[in-house]
Amino acid sequence: MTKVVKDVICPFCGTLCDDVEITVSDDNKKIISVRNACAIGAEKFNHTSLPGRVTRPRMRQPDGTFKEVSYDEAVDWTAKTLVNARKTLMYGWASTSCQAMSVGHEIAEKIGGIVDNCATVCHGSSLIAIQDVGVPSCTLGEVKNRADRVIFWGCNPAHAHPRHMSRYSIFPRGFFTVKGHKGRKIYCVDCRYTDTARCADEFIQVQQGYDYELLNAFRTAARGEVLPDTVGGVPKEKIYEIVEELKGGRFGVIFFGMGLTHTMGRNHNIDIAIALTRDMNDFTKFNIMAMRGHWNVTGSGQVLAWQYGFPYAVDLSRRTKARYQTGETTSVDLLIRNEVDACFNIATDPGAHFPIDSVVSMSKKPTVTIDPHINMSTEISDLHIPVAMVGVEVGGCAYRMDNVPIETRKVVDPPDGMLTDVELLTKINERVDELMGAK
Amino acid sequence: MKTVTLTVKKEPELYLECETLTPDAFAGKKADEIAKIPAYQGREDTTLGEYFSIAGQAGASAAETQIIINGDCSKMKYIGAKMSAGEMIVNSDTDMYTGGWMTGGKLVVKGNVHSFCGLGMEGGEFIIEGDAGNYLAASYRGDWRGMQGGVLRVKGNAGSDICTFMNGGEVIIEGNVDIHIGTHMEGGKIVVKGNANRRVGGQLVKGEIYVFGNINVMMPGFKHNRDVELEVDGTKAVFAEYLGDLGERHPKRKGETVYGKLYLKK
Ligand code: SF4
Repeated sequence: MTKVVKDVICPFCGTLCDDVEITVSDDNKKIISVRNACAIGAEKFNHTSLPGRVTRPRMRQPDGTFKEVSYDEAVDWTAKTLVNARKTLMYGWASTSCQAMSVGHEIAEKIGGIVDNCATVCHGSSLIAIQDVGVPSCTLGEVKNRADRVIFWGCNPAHAHPRHMSRYSIFPRGFFTVKGHKGRKIYCVDCRYTDTARCADEFIQVQQGYDYELLNAFRTAARGEVLPDTVGGVPKEKIYEIVEELKGGRFGVIFFGMGLTHTMGRNHNIDIAIALTRDMNDFTKFNIMAMRGHWNVTGSGQVLAWQYGFPYAVDLSRRTKARYQTGETTSVDLLIRNEVDACFNIATDPGAHFPIDSVVSMSKKPTVTIDPHINMSTEISDLHIPVAMVGVEVGGCAYRMDNVPIETRKVVDPPDGMLTDVELLTKINERVDELMGAK
Repeated sequence: MKTVTLTVKKEPELYLECETLTPDAFAGKKADEIAKIPAYQGREDTTLGEYFSIAGQAGASAAETQIIINGDCSKMKYIGAKMSAGEMIVNSDTDMYTGGWMTGGKLVVKGNVHSFCGLGMEGGEFIIEGDAGNYLAASYRGDWRGMQGGVLRVKGNAGSDICTFMNGGEVIIEGNVDIHIGTHMEGGKIVVKGNANRRVGGQLVKGEIYVFGNINVMMPGFKHNRDVELEVDGTKAVFAEYLGDLGERHPKRKGETVYGKLYLKK
């Protein structure tokens, strides 16, 4: 007999869908089928039974191959590396639970590590802007029930957050949005015609690298000032027209992604988009939200900000104080400048996301990677410690992209004898205590 | 004025944080006492004496102390940060936060500086003979107070994001600058003698920016007001005056809206 687990949270993207249904074998060991999730979400669940899954730590040997070692040996090696280093980069955290983060941060405080998450190569620039000018935002529930002006700026949820549009932003019928898509006006601003643009009522093609100028033009138009004939390839008539439409809405929201955070100006693009949102609030209710990628990267920002006051790139190396400076304590800069002497990766794959120079730098330092699967980072590490998949084989708290905490659920058992992130980090923490006590 | 000469004797393995390398920290100390002043490398506590050989002695107060640094300081952060008086001459490149938050005295770097230098500077004179990195004279992250006073001169080029949230003082860049100059600026004066790339004066509230060369792309929120003849840092010329950023909020004074001003040399 199989059984069906309902209301499962999908631990893949920041949309954190909470309506997934999973059929599992009655011994709780195997996932048979996944319903309601999108293709990428379903694949995450199916990964549990991927053939060739590693279930025990692997240590790099002098000849370059990996050899299986026990969890105890792996814990000991990791703790010694952390205790011996002067500055350790502790990167990742975006695909694990907030509970695991809190244990990790305890270790970081003791060994003077730098805790960074993948916002550093993703929405970090949004966080800088939010810190500089604040953010008028809302929850996705409000978007579903109220929004009648929706702008997707430099993001492509059709591919990156596949169910975002059907659950919250375009199609659903809500309390005040009974007509669904028909009652909303959807805009897409991008430098190319994406699949999200296909779903929009209006596609505004901005010349690449002119987002800041175009947002400035929107603000200038909102104040009734004169504009040049075109801005970033968009005629001024169109800009005035859209601004009037936005002012006429009841509830507006801007969703933005890498098209703003990682093009020229980065944080400034978000900064001015927030400023436009604030301006629009003189006329109607307007909000802005970052399309966060990894399912719990928002949670890492939450836990770090709650503990240390900064959402990523937190430098605890001076131990009496937490510091943060993008460009200095951010992972890519630390690696390229060789400012750290050990690396500890957990629940994210820097090998796949970082510029090659920083990956090369990481490969030359003592490096441990904690991840359920083999990935690019494990292959440049000295030690790979596999763990249970959070949100599938063990529960834990996560934050959705709108900063709403959601408790993820366990659906199947992890392979026999496999540790969870919390168990592993607790063991490392205890071993660090022993080693530091002996020093 | 008494002089202390520091010569680098060992290169830091990572980067050395030496916010203690200022006339204020040295005042009233002899060479052997200065050698014991703490410095930091990651979580390792060390001393200035580990990395520098030290000769001479400091004056009784910061104002009576001159510090000369020789050797390669390109892996040293916070040199001259928070100094309030006295004089420092660095015969090398330096790393981040050089001259950050300084309130007085004179700091001369005879090389290039990295990013975040002159951050939140309040007073004094800071001269960079080479190039400067990004975020020169800007605010610390999240702070709304960039440079507030003093004079900062760069003889070479500067990077991007310079003078973000600046609200006082004067910055002169003799070479070129990259993108985002004077973003969120609320006061003070920036002079760029070379070219500026793009996004000059974005979200500018108040203050003046002078550009002698070209701006690649002008912000749409600026409108031409008039042409004026001015003398700027010793150069007399006619400048086109633009008002902006028209998309940003602006204060009112005596019933008149006060705009930021951007001057382009004709
Ligand atoms: S949209 Fe995101 S959270 Fe929802 S099912 Fe797809 S991957 Fe999972």
